[in-house]
Amino acid sequence: MRLMAQLAMVMNLDKCIGCHTCSVTCKQAWTNRSGVEYAWFNNVETRPGQGYPRQYQDQQRWKGGWTLTKRGRLTLRSGSRFKRLLNIFANPDLPEVADYYEPWTYDYDNLLSAPQMDTTPVARPVSLITGEDTAITWGANWDDDLGGGPEQIGRDPVLAKVSDKVKLEFQQTFMFYLPRICEHCLNPSCAASCPSGAIYKRTEDGIVLVDQDKCRGWRQCVTGCPYKKIYFNHKTGKAEKCTFCYPRVEVGIPTVCAETCVGRLRYIGVVFYDADAVLAAASVRDDKDLYPAQLGVFLNPHDPRVVAEAERVGISQEWIDAAQASPIYKLIVDYQVALPLHPEYRTMPMVWYIPPLSPMVDALAGTGHDGEDAGNLFGAIDALRIPVEYLAELFTAGDIGPVRASLQRLAAMRAHMRRVNLGEPVDPEIAESVRLSTDEIEAMYRLLAIAKYEHRYVIPSAAGSDAHRLDALATGCSLESDGGPGMTAFDVMDDKFHLTQQPADGNGAAAPVDKERRINLLNWDGKSTNGLFAAVPAHGPQTNGAAHTNGATSAVEHIR
Amino acid sequence: MTTLLWLTLPYVAFTSFVVGHIWRYRHDQFGWTTRSSQLHESRLLRLGSPLFHFGLLAVLGGHVLGIGVPADWTAAVGVSEHAYHLMSVSFGTLSGLAAVTGLTILLYRRFAVSAVRAATTTIDKVMYLMLSTAIVTGMLNTIGSNLIGGGYDYRATVSPWFRSLFTLSPQPGLMVGIPISFQIHAVVVLVLLASWPYTRLVHVFSAPLGYLVRPYIVYRSRDVARPNARRYARAWETTHPRR
Repeated sequence: MRLMAQLAMVMNLDKCIGCHTCSVTCKQAWTNRSGVEYAWFNNVETRPGQGYPRQYQDQQRWKGGWTLTKRGRLTLRSGSRFKRLLNIFANPDLPEVADYYEPWTYDYDNLLSAPQMDTTPVARPVSLITGEDTAITWGANWDDDLGGGPEQIGRDPVLAKVSDKVKLEFQQTFMFYLPRICEHCLNPSCAASCPSGAIYKRTEDGIVLVDQDKCRGWRQCVTGCPYKKIYFNHKTGKAEKCTFCYPRVEVGIPTVCAETCVGRLRYIGVVFYDADAVLAAASVRDDKDLYPAQLGVFLNPHDPRVVAEAERVGISQEWIDAAQASPIYKLIVDYQVALPLHPEYRTMPMVWYIPPLSPMVDALAGTGHDGEDAGNLFGAIDALRIPVEYLAELFTAGDIGPVRASLQRLAAMRAHMRRVNLGEPVDPEIAESVRLSTDEIEAMYRLLAIAKYEHRYVIPSAAGSDAHRLDALATGCSLESDGGPGMTAFDVMDDKFHLTQQPADGNGAAAPVDKERRINLLNWDGKSTNGLFAAVPAHGPQTNGAAHTNGATSAVEHIR
Repeated sequence: MTTLLWLTLPYVAFTSFVVGHIWRYRHDQFGWTTRSSQLHESRLLRLGSPLFHFGLLAVLGGHVLGIGVPADWTAAVGVSEHAYHLMSVSFGTLSGLAAVTGLTILLYRRFAVSAVRAATTTIDKVMYLMLSTAIVTGMLNTIGSNLIGGGYDYRATVSPWFRSLFTLSPQPGLMVGIPISFQIHAVVVLVLLASWPYTRLVHVFSAPLGYLVRPYIVYRSRDVARPNARRYARAWETTHPRR
């Protein structure tokens, strides 16, 4: 056994309202640079829909992830190492910018510099790639909310796997949002595709990163990742990807996408797993066995033998505590409501999803039935075959069983908690029917519905500060000045992002003294909203309406 | 002039080549990349790039044989001058044509596709000029002098001159009076070698052969990765915003 720790995420899709706040804050923190204008480390796509980049799930075309050889050995779908090297001069399976979308800006200057004329001047779209005028034909979420109708939505590769005849009817049936970041897989095919060995998995927390110094721009990883979450920076000629906001999680605060999530639907925690068991689990014959196989790789952090092994390999007590309190382990293993995204890619992804029950509830309510009744909901989960089949294609390689079980648990939770809220007698059979106890179902309710900050994010910070302290012990000398040879990478990060300073209001360190209204999202710990919004100057006594108007106006002025 | 072209220039070029690569490797890991433009355009690249690269690898192999190996060595293993000439001209023409065709497609792509053109830097343009001249003059040498013309035995002049540079007993006189196209070719290649470390051509030395033998998944400890802060900062500054 080789015990390793992994930072993982679970997203509760029932709560996602598709507001794209995660995408925007992620972009502001990481990819608001030239060269990665088209890249969204975090994106939110409407399902059914084509996704971003377009039809990325069509692995017949893009050749992402792993596959089994005839003899049952795991190999990259894009071919053997030798074949990849032969294709190194021109990668036949690489998406172009157009498959994502051509990034653009607007010629705003024209609004000011246009000569006086009869018509209003316009700001024409300009390509950020060529600098020439362009026509906008696609974007990162062009088919948001089923935009474009059947013509666009019908190109969803997942939809193509669900039976054909119901396509049109099905679109009226339901829709949900799927926020996506890098999966930080246990068996990352991007890393396996990298000819330079620049992509690595961190032994301490499992975060998959690209060494920007070692990357040589062979762009095989873009093909290797089946989720298309590696982006080629066309300015620097290097691959870039979601970093799981490692400068933040190293000091115990959640990723920017999770921190700013309006629906509070993201959970972050530690999972222990057996790294030696990963290859066998990823090599099981039947795609449908991959989800249970991955469950089998996780180690129970409450098992004394696991704890002993963790201590033996030098995992700190704070990490063991975090693994035992991990919301991820609870949602994935204890309650089994969270499911992996496309386990059939055989990468053992570590960002999991709680499938949305709301389509069923909506359908029930729409037909006049009680959408909170356990019996009705169970019936709906079985009757609404198409949404369930679609979810199964996303989360369990087409196996309806685990999806149905997860949805039934969520339905049972709803029914049970309504009885509690209405003061009706508790029916223990509801919980038993989904193989949970009443206590478990209420604990699950607290985790999913109340979802306090400290319960959603159980992120041990010791590793970062410990390493920092140990570094100081080992290398401490008078040269530890800014940029001096004694300055470690952590010091540089700390210096840049003010990671270890704890300001009184929780935000102050991010804002320069002279610009106290500013906030640095990479550093925001979510404890206070000071600095997030423009301050409203105090006004004298006014009528209510006028005060509101003035406040809004001055806020807008501040933003400008 | 003889001394300048055939003695000083080669040693300056070699020095620049070696020292330049060491300097760049130590100070600009972040800039060390193929700077691939496939993200912008794939169809033409898939045609031209393999032709060019594989063609050029074959050309390189031919040069090693033709310049690196003395004529009496090949004679010793029983290859007559005629047989050698036949081989070198046929393989040289084939691989040279592949490289030239590929280069033509790539150059067309680079300047006709607006996204690729926008991604082209000044140093790229200079490099393309030198590379094209080197390849075209080399092609002329093979086709013009050796195929159509009577044939020129460069193994009696150019090759010994080149080898003499490495034995530190340089004989610049050997290059006097050889066909002008050979002289131009040699000078252009020397200039190209001198500027090599400062262009994207450095990616040649990153040929990832280790990929064939390393394990699929690379694990690395956070503590091992401790990049030099100052070098990192400089690397980020090398990306210039275009607009």
